[in-house]
This record gives sequence, C-alpha cells and structure tokens, in this order.
Amino acid sequence: MSGRTKMAHRGGGLAAIGRGGAVAVTAAVTITMAAAACSAPGAAQPRSSASAKIADAASGCGKAPVTLNAYIETGFQVPNSLMAEFTRQYPNVKWNIREDQFAVITQNAPRVLANDPPDLMRLPSISDLVKDGLLKNLDPYAKAFGWDKWPSSELVQLRLGPGGRPRGEGSLYAMGLNYSMTGVFYNKKLAARIGMTAAPTTLAQLDQDLAKAKQAGITPIVQFNGGATGGFAFPLQDLMASYGPPGPINDWIFNKPGATIDTPPNLRAAQHLVQWIKAGYFESDANAMDYYTMMSRFTHGSGLFMFDGDWESGNLDKLMAGQAGFFLMPPSQAGGPYAAMSAPLTYGIAAGAKHPDCAAFFLNWVATNPTARQIDVQVGGSHPLGAADADMPAVKPGTVTAATLAAGSVVSRDNGSMDFIANATGAIYASAWTPELQKLFAGKQTAAGLLSTVQADYQQELAG
Amino acid sequence: MKLHRTRRARWTGWLFAAPALGMYGVFVLRPLALTVQYSFYNWDGIGPSTWAGLGNFRMVFSDPALLNIIGNAFRLIVFFSVIPVLLGLASAAVIRRIAASRLAAVARTALFLPQVIPLVAAGIAWSWLLSQTGVVNQFLSAIGLSGVTRAWLGNFATALPAVGLIGAWVLLGLCTLLLLAGMTRIDPALFEAARIDGAGFWREFRSITLPGLRQEIAVCVTVTVIAALASFDIIYIATQGGPGDATMVPGLEIYELAFSHRQVGLASALAVVLIVLVLACVLPIQWLARRDAR
Repeated sequence: MSGRTKMAHRGGGLAAIGRGGAVAVTAAVTITMAAAACSAPGAAQPRSSASAKIADAASGCGKAPVTLNAYIETGFQVPNSLMAEFTRQYPNVKWNIREDQFAVITQNAPRVLANDPPDLMRLPSISDLVKDGLLKNLDPYAKAFGWDKWPSSELVQLRLGPGGRPRGEGSLYAMGLNYSMTGVFYNKKLAARIGMTAAPTTLAQLDQDLAKAKQAGITPIVQFNGGATGGFAFPLQDLMASYGPPGPINDWIFNKPGATIDTPPNLRAAQHLVQWIKAGYFESDANAMDYYTMMSRFTHGSGLFMFDGDWESGNLDKLMAGQAGFFLMPPSQAGGPYAAMSAPLTYGIAAGAKHPDCAAFFLNWVATNPTARQIDVQVGGSHPLGAADADMPAVKPGTVTAATLAAGSVVSRDNGSMDFIANATGAIYASAWTPELQKLFAGKQTAAGLLSTVQADYQQELAG
Repeated sequence: MKLHRTRRARWTGWLFAAPALGMYGVFVLRPLALTVQYSFYNWDGIGPSTWAGLGNFRMVFSDPALLNIIGNAFRLIVFFSVIPVLLGLASAAVIRRIAASRLAAVARTALFLPQVIPLVAAGIAWSWLLSQTGVVNQFLSAIGLSGVTRAWLGNFATALPAVGLIGAWVLLGLCTLLLLAGMTRIDPALFEAARIDGAGFWREFRSITLPGLRQEIAVCVTVTVIAALASFDIIYIATQGGPGDATMVPGLEIYELAFSHRQVGLASALAVVLIVLVLACVLPIQWLARRDAR
C-alpha cells in the first residue's frame, strides 16, 4: 500500500498536475458560475430619473474654473465651434471632449451614461435611456430659462412620458444644438441640362424631371442604401409626406397606442418608390453604397438629385459653391401643405453629471446668444432653436444654407415637421427598415410587404 | 521528508501557473459563465432583468431570420474551409515539387501574405476591388464580360460568395503553409520508393502525401471551420451583414443584438448556441483525426 502511494507520488508531477488541474479548473468554473448565478444581472430596479434641482439658473457656470465632460459625434464641426466660442466668452469653463462616430455613440450610450456620466452628450434615440433613468429631467431648466415658451414643435420629440413612452408629451429629457431638416438637394448644372428652371411644386413635376434626367443619360437620384443604414428611408418618408398628413406618421414614431405605419397613403408612397426603382432612377449599386460614397458622388456631379438633410448645407456650399440647390419634397397635389423630416441635433445631460447647471446654461446659450446662433447657421447650415421671434443670422443669398433656412420656415408654417421613421424604436432601423429597403431595391420585397414587415417588427419590439 | 518536498514542488508549480490561470479564469471562464447566465434572462444591459427561462433559446431555434443567419455560417464553411484546404493541398503539392526553384519561395510568400495583413485592411481593400467601379469589374469589362459586372457585395445573390472569397483568400495561405510543413515531415524515402515503383504524381499524392498529412489536414479543417462559424471582422467591414440579411452571420448578429438592440439575453443565447455548434463541428473532426492516427 505504502509502496504504491510512493510510486504515485514519484511517478510523475505531470499526472498529478493533470488530475489536480482538472480539479482546480472545475472548481474555478463552479465558483465563477456560483458567483455569477447568485443574482440576476442588472440593476435591482430602474433608477429614478434625477430631476434637476437648481437654485439659480442664471448663475450658470459661476466664476470658479470648471471643466465640462462632453461626449460628441466626430466629423461635425458645430459642437466644437460652439464650445470654443463659449470658452472665449466664459474663460473659466474648459472642455474635456471625447469624440466617436455616431454608431459607436449609439452602442456606448447606456454604459457611458451609467458608468462615466458626461455633462453633455450627443444622444441617439432616447426612449430606452429615459426608461433606465440615465438622463436628467430638464423640466426645471426649461422653466427657469423659458424654453417652454418656444414653439412647442421644436422640442416635442424630446419629451417623454414616464418610463420613456409615449414620446411627444411629458417631461423634457434632452435639448438640441439646432434642428435639421431633410429634403431634396439638386445639382444646378445638371438641372439646367434637362431644362429644369424651378424646383418642382408637385410630385408629378418631380416625376417628369426624373424621367427627363434618365432620358438625358444623367443618374436621376444618387442615394445610398448599403451597409447597416438603408438610405432609401429618406425618399420613402418624403413620399409619405407627399401622399398623406404627417400626424399619423408622428404618432407611429412616438409609439402612440394603436399607431401603424401600414396605412393607405404610406402604401401609395412605398409603391411610388418601387416605381422609381423599376424605372432605374437609382444607381444600380445603391445597395452597396454607403453615406460617404453618396456624398462624394453627388459633390462630384454624378447625379441630379439626392435626398438628404441640411446638416450638409454648409458642406455643399463649400464643395459645390453656387452649384447646389435645395427644395422641399413637393406635395402630391398643387398647393398642398409641405412636410419634412425635422429633428433637433439631440444633446442631453447625464443623470449623474457633475456640472448639470453649467451644461444647461451652455445649451441655453447656444439657442440665445447671437454669436452661437450664427455659428449654428454658418458652420452647421441648420436652423437654431429658440423663440419664434429670435433674430435670424444673415446668410448669403443663393446659397444652399439660405435655401434650407427658408424651407424651414415653410415647414413650420404648414406645421409639417416629422421625426425620422428610423427613430420609432431603438432597433427598428437596423432590424427592419434597412434590410427590407435593401430587399425592396433588389426586387425581393413588395411595397405592401415592406410596410407589414416593419409594422410586425415594431409591434414585437414594443411588446418585448 | 520526501513526501514534504514533492508536495512543496507541486505547490511551486501551481504558483508559476497561477497568473495564467487567474487570467484564464477572469477573462475566459467568468465571461463564459456570465454569458450562460445572461442567456436565461431578458435584459437590456443596464436596467433590471427578468427571468426568461429557455425563452431566448426557443427564439433562436424558431425565428426564421435567426435560423437563416446560422445557415449563412454553415454556407461560409464551403468558402472558409473546403476551398482553402483543397486549394492548399494542390498548391502545397506543386510548391513541394518545385521546392528548389526560386519560384517556390515567391509562391510561398505570396500565398502567406494575406495572413500578415490585418483583416480589417483586407476587408476594406476587397470592398474596393469588388465595388461597381472596382478592379474586378474593370477586368470583366476589359475581357468583354461587362454583362456580368455588378456591385458584388451589394447584390443578394453574390454578396455571400463574395465575402466567402475574401475569407478563402485569407485562409488559403495558412492552409498551404501548414500542409507544406507537414509534407516536409514525411520521410523522403517513401517518395523515392514510390517513384522507383513507377508511381506517378497522382498515385504518390493519394498513397503517401494525403495519409501522411492527416494531422495537418485536421488542424486546417478545425481552424477554418471555427473561422467560418465565428466569422465577424471581414463581414463587419465588407457588408455589415447586408444587403438585407444576405451575409449576416451569428458573430455579427450577437454583437448587433447585444449592443444595438440591447437584447443581451437573446444575444447570449445565440452565443451559447454558437459555442455548442462550433464544438459539435470541431470535436468529431478531432476525434476522426486521432482515431486515424492510431
């Protein structure tokens, strides 16, 4: 017996480690499993959304040195220019800026807001963030600064009911640096070649221009629809606005009970888009084209129209000076009301932010300070927020920026502003609109099938 | 006394292994265990979670979209495994025949080069080559095939084969090199004997090279099958899973579900299923290789 024991011990460390190793690994797995399994993941209950409590809104950032943490979208100059100007006017405020692409911000948003809460952050769709109590309720600031006296349509998309639903009513959870609007950009040189002297005022006229361009061998529409973002959502929603009122579309985006995207006017819009596809108005590689390829092709003059937003106005004025124009999607009936996708460039304050008062003061300054408003227009090409009678910065006539700003007032006159259909739920763009629009372009989906599939996905997401 | 010393030696061994084991526990075992745990919950990654039981797994096996995504991974095996291993065998055999010439060294380097290039860079370069105006279409037009040119990565029918081609290009070099190394291990006397017996290239290949390479082929198949089933980077760069869901694979879908859709439970369930699928494919290969070796 003793001999055998000795043998085993002397016999080899390897065997011993083999056995002992197996035991140790099993133990490690068991321990980690047990440690992991003893509680459900996540917070025990939703955080209560911290309501801002401010003593005196006017005190703003005070006089002592303060450094604001900002998490912003890379590639857009507006926030950087605004922050630099703010520091020039309030030298005690410094910025600690982190930049990422929007897709990265979208994925990081909940974790960054929870673990490393910034004072100011570019935000994706905010419903889920409010549900998790990650954003500061801005109602007290709105009252103190008078944001609630601005035209209600400016901030309606940033209001949410308790728990994040429905959108479009309730407390204010984010602000905009400005608000952007979408429509149709066109190449003036190519327009002259097909004899297009004025922007179309009905959908039928737009159809004629498209047909003329096709006949003249000009690509009628440069539109991206590749990768993870289906850009055909732009023309589709514009066509929806052309065929029907924006109200039901907004209800759907705001998750009002019983709302549906699968309506007769929307079906006619989707069918119209299919006609455009079948007529060959888009480039054959649209499903492989990303946003930047589209921009590069349009600015190099390879197509007549492009459905996009006024965040590119400043850019186009620079790259295609005098050569680019803009018009709102025309209504289907002459003299009908205009509508457009319009959304604030959304920025919010984390519930756990260290300097919320100063961040709110900055947001108010962006909308009210004359220099800030000028930066918004000149650098961003977009409409500043603020009171209806606030001074509008002067812009050079004949520029794209002038055209988009003028279009903005048409949309507010007709009360035609809509949020983007891709923002109805957090995942609907990636999981429904993009793949279905890519199938639509490839002829693998019908207009009716597109809307019913998206609606089914929408209901599933709201239920889950 | 003796007993005491051996025991101490054993503890010293564990002490040396401890840092590695600690890392392994924290960065491999713990995430693995957490993934299994998360798969039983509905959770958005931040807020409170609710117990889901097997609901997420039922979803993985019943949702046609998710099943199609798993199917895509298996379709990729053709491009990531079958083609590189077969072509690898052929090119290794040819390179070995011309081993002495300078051409062999050039061929070896050219084939292995894709392994050195970061996958992201390879993905970007290939998405340019395969674009509507890319070199592939320019070449096709030049030889009078302008009728078949298309945006290869944006077309429902060709997107999956196109990303498969990128994978095959990357993995061919690895397989060739492994197989070539295996061939040099085979006793040259065997080849000599075969030649004296009058065996031709084919006979030599089938009777000596192939049986001698069993282990290497098993390694190639294992590595490439895992690369196919767990593919992520090439597809993320080249197509993002599009158009539609034509090139969506489990690896990318797990990432999308967890970080974009914030369905951490469903993402974890799909990850667990993926682990099981990989094991189910790889273990039989290993077992076969080992049995044959005996």
